[in-house]
Amino acid sequence: MDWDFIVEAMPALLAGLRYTVLATVMGYALALVLGLVVAMVRKGAPPTVAKTVFWIMEFIRCTPLLVQLFFVFYVLPSAGIALTPLTAGVIALGVHYAAYTAEVYRSGLDGVPKGQWEAARALSLPGVRTWTSVILPQAIRRVIPALGNYLIAMFKDTPLLFAITVPELLFEANRLGGENFKYLETISAVGVLFIVVSVLSAIGIRFLERRYAAV
Amino acid sequence: MPQSEQNIQDTIRPDASPDVPGPGDAVQQPLIRFEKVVKQYGDNVVLRELDFTVQPGQRVTLIGPSGSGKTTILRLLMTLEQIDGGVIWVNGDPLSHMYKGDHLVPANEKYQRAVRKKIGMVFQQFNLFPNMTVRRNITEAPIHSLGVPRGEADERAAELLDMVGLKERIDEHPTRLSGGQQQRVAIARALAMRPEILLLDEVTSALDPELVAGVLDVLREIARTTDITMLAVTHEMGFARDVSHRVLMFDHGRILEDGPPDQIFGEPREERTKSFLHAVLESG
Ligand SMILES: Nc1ncnc2c1ncn2[C@@H]1O[C@H](COP(=O)(O)OP(=O)(O)OP(=O)(O)O)[C@@H](O)[C@H]1O
Ligand SMILES: [Mg+2]
Repeated sequence: MDWDFIVEAMPALLAGLRYTVLATVMGYALALVLGLVVAMVRKGAPPTVAKTVFWIMEFIRCTPLLVQLFFVFYVLPSAGIALTPLTAGVIALGVHYAAYTAEVYRSGLDGVPKGQWEAARALSLPGVRTWTSVILPQAIRRVIPALGNYLIAMFKDTPLLFAITVPELLFEANRLGGENFKYLETISAVGVLFIVVSVLSAIGIRFLERRYAAV
Repeated sequence: MPQSEQNIQDTIRPDASPDVPGPGDAVQQPLIRFEKVVKQYGDNVVLRELDFTVQPGQRVTLIGPSGSGKTTILRLLMTLEQIDGGVIWVNGDPLSHMYKGDHLVPANEKYQRAVRKKIGMVFQQFNLFPNMTVRRNITEAPIHSLGVPRGEADERAAELLDMVGLKERIDEHPTRLSGGQQQRVAIARALAMRPEILLLDEVTSALDPELVAGVLDVLREIARTTDITMLAVTHEMGFARDVSHRVLMFDHGRILEDGPPDQIFGEPREERTKSFLHAVLESG
């Protein structure tokens, strides 16, 4: 193992890691928001709309993320939608994972007792207020752990962005490894960096859980 | 009084002259009128053309065997269930319907929200919002549904909590309170909306026996100090006797007997009422 090379390669690897983290954070934010919207539409919208959204989500869950990445990055431009690799990656990650977070939110919404809706109704609370101050706080609280798991899962899926030329961690490691014939060092470093970030996020999620999740 | 009065009331059809609600007839107008109300779940017809009226300020106890439709009546009034036939009138306004020209059509959500503001409900399972403090449980609806300024809503919450004996618990979350305390907060929460009608569905049934009295005392106090119209489903016959002006005995979605508590409890006319009261007293 060439330790000096690892030290030398570190700045480039960390630059790659920055993209990895950036794509994860933005993709996850998109997945959180979009998934919530989908879950609310499925619960509150007219049946035809709800059913349509259900089938779209089912379709997304049934196709591989890599195919979706290619679709967004290579196919959409032919429809006049050209995106930078990072943007395409974030959108694909966010939409793909929204199909999963929507299910998580849905179980959270279903877990809010019917009596809560009825009490809100009996008090004539406006619909928006019922969602934001009664239903969502209770629903989200109980699914924070499940949502946290998808953050880690998404983080581990980011190397797929390599395939659409996002200069993320694996992309950099592969480049450096190829240029210097030192794959052992660079790919091992990728593994270690992934473990470090995963462990740190797990600790962060645990903290959030303890602070906000339902007992 | 209620029986003969009801017969007269039933002959007045409010929809005969819907667009001339002069101030004069407001005096005699019943606050609540069920007119040929039908409610069914699938093939199970729970209410079959039910008619009855309640005068403003009247406190009515609904009794009857399980499944006789008592909860259904309260839930229809609270618009938690949709009606399948007939009309429910509150203060001369159709609750379940609205006028389109001079036709009655099923009411939309916005219309129902407006009419519903006159009605408050306390549930058997309290249904407090666990994610809010006691204070916010009480102020949330006045602020966001009536537009009461926050300061005023807070003041009112403190007064109401004082009345139900829980002034010190204002900043706690409901999960830290006993069932009896939670139910008293739920009563305060309903009253904060200043409803004309208070619906109580077996509000002490989920409580440990030693907590029942505290809740009933609060309700007695409300009955003594306000002229709020009450519809209560309860198995607490002593409470019903003390507080209500009128008792309705239900059986299979029909009113079997209607009279003042002394008569219903003292000298029930119907065999079914007798055996029902007997059974309740046995178990209680
Ligand atoms: N959501 C529902 N779906 C189907 N049937 C229902 C529903 N709610 C009530 N029912 C039926 O309607 C009938 C009347 O029920 P309701 O709850 O009004 O009775 P109740 O007089 O309040 O009885 P209890 O004393 O047991 O509370 C019952 O036969 C019940 O099974
Ligand atoms: Mg009932």
